[in-house]
Amino acid sequence: MSAIRTEKLTRHFGEKVAVDGIDLSVQPGEIYGFLGPNGAGKTTTIRMLVTLLAPTSGDGWVMGHSVRQDPGAVRLRIGVALQQAALDGQQTGAEFLRLQGRLYGLSSSEIDRRLADLRELVDIGGDFDKRIKTYSGGMKRRMDLAAALVHQPSVLFLDEPTTGLDPVNRRKVWEEIRRLNGEFGITILLTTQYLEEADQLAGRVGIISEGKLVIEGTPSELKRGIGTDLVIVKLHEESTALHAASHLRTLDGVERVESHGREVTVATAAGPRLVSRLALALDEIGLAVDELTIRTPTLDDVFLEATGNRLHAENGGGSAQ
Amino acid sequence: MSEATLQVRPRPAGFLRDMLTIAGRALRAASREPDVLFVSLIVPPFFFAVNVGALERTAAFVGIDDFRAFQLPVAVLFAVTGVSRAVALVTDITSGYFDRLLASPVNRAALLLGLMASDFVVVIALTALVMLMGLIVGVELATGLVGAAGFLLLGGLWGLAFTGFPYAIALRTGSPTAVNLIFLLFLPLVFLTTAFAPKEALSGWMSTAADFNPVTYVLAGLRDLIGTGWTREVLRAVAAIGGVGGVSFGLALLALRGRVRRG
Repeated sequence: MSAIRTEKLTRHFGEKVAVDGIDLSVQPGEIYGFLGPNGAGKTTTIRMLVTLLAPTSGDGWVMGHSVRQDPGAVRLRIGVALQQAALDGQQTGAEFLRLQGRLYGLSSSEIDRRLADLRELVDIGGDFDKRIKTYSGGMKRRMDLAAALVHQPSVLFLDEPTTGLDPVNRRKVWEEIRRLNGEFGITILLTTQYLEEADQLAGRVGIISEGKLVIEGTPSELKRGIGTDLVIVKLHEESTALHAASHLRTLDGVERVESHGREVTVATAAGPRLVSRLALALDEIGLAVDELTIRTPTLDDVFLEATGNRLHAENGGGSAQ
Repeated sequence: MSEATLQVRPRPAGFLRDMLTIAGRALRAASREPDVLFVSLIVPPFFFAVNVGALERTAAFVGIDDFRAFQLPVAVLFAVTGVSRAVALVTDITSGYFDRLLASPVNRAALLLGLMASDFVVVIALTALVMLMGLIVGVELATGLVGAAGFLLLGGLWGLAFTGFPYAIALRTGSPTAVNLIFLLFLPLVFLTTAFAPKEALSGWMSTAADFNPVTYVLAGLRDLIGTGWTREVLRAVAAIGGVGGVSFGLALLALRGRVRRG
């Protein structure tokens, strides 16, 4: 049984189709990363799977329970940390988690036990008994994560868990996500607009664009699909890109050529050997080159290939090299 | 977390436990935000002092023997009408905390009724403070201790009955500004009544408005508990409170249904 499964999951807001027939299957114990820019449909998909939003059509199942037919059963099995750390600044960390435990029907002794466990996770020392409004951004995010875990959910939904965090706190959250998955086997579906985050954390990545799941696979599979090496040619003039691309396609050892704006991307199995030949070939037809680089493919290249746009240009997130 | 962590079993807590949990959180927050109740603590004694100071000597002309006793229920209305956690509920909605609650198995009605239960505790406490103020300035309760309990309950029930309106606005709009516009309802309800003179002294449209205003009957019931005893006016007050409560709770529950609907 899949931990999370969707069939033609669709959500309309009036005329706008926010999520368009997504089919998804996440296995127990897996970390699945939903990668896409703002407005791609990631959060709407999560909100449907955590029962906050009803699908317009299609359905989703979490641990075998339908989000449409049996949302109550789904709620008992999931932990949710939405994009915005959803806390109550007037309560102390301990009060906040205790209240969360009571809402999941835990007894006082169960709550005491969980608080002892989560105190370690939150890692805020004596501030556990201070009001949440005094916490730093990183502490609030960890408290948010702890609240999602009070009742020991089988599946954890994390909507952009590190957005707004500094690199140190971002890495701390990554470590915790890995630990929750590795030590406790919690299935995790996380959305992110950060390429590095998807690359580092997710066993499998699904790229979502304009409400559609356009491609999915392990990060290495997806990157391998692009080619072993990529040579990126930045031309001086955008109008010459198509001409350059068609000329470069004729060279031996070139697997695929794509052009976007004044950038021409050449996929090849032998990048270092091809670079000088590429430069000469472009010089032969009189095209001026501003920059020529070689690198291994990133998820951003996968995103570009799948959607025709680059992701990192839109969100400023780090791209994995 | 240690690997030896024992499993816990999440399950629905049930309506009553959910309601008490929500009410407990609201009461804890209320005790930590005393500024929220500042207006309810300052306005009633202020208006009581001003009204008594300005009108006490002329009250006999309209047939009022004890103007302080006559004004005490008005002070109660000033203290309790509109007291709620509706603005805090708006904060929960805008901060995403309300979504966290909705993603849990909490009983949906308990989300609203828990807040109202905490409001009931607060308005009873405020009514008690106003009553204490009245006793200090020489108001005597004709119905004794039981009447005092009835006075508290009636004041508290009125405060509770009114809370549905701000919650309906909060749930419907998610806007603190809109919630604060509740005074547009508060003003006619509290002033177009027998707040300053008995029914017989009102004339024309004011008298008609007072006839149709449920607060007139609440004031009459509270006044009888102070000066006369357990009269039919007390029953009428309970009926008026029931009517207002029915409307306001109905609106609030409808707004809650709209807010938690997943459509």
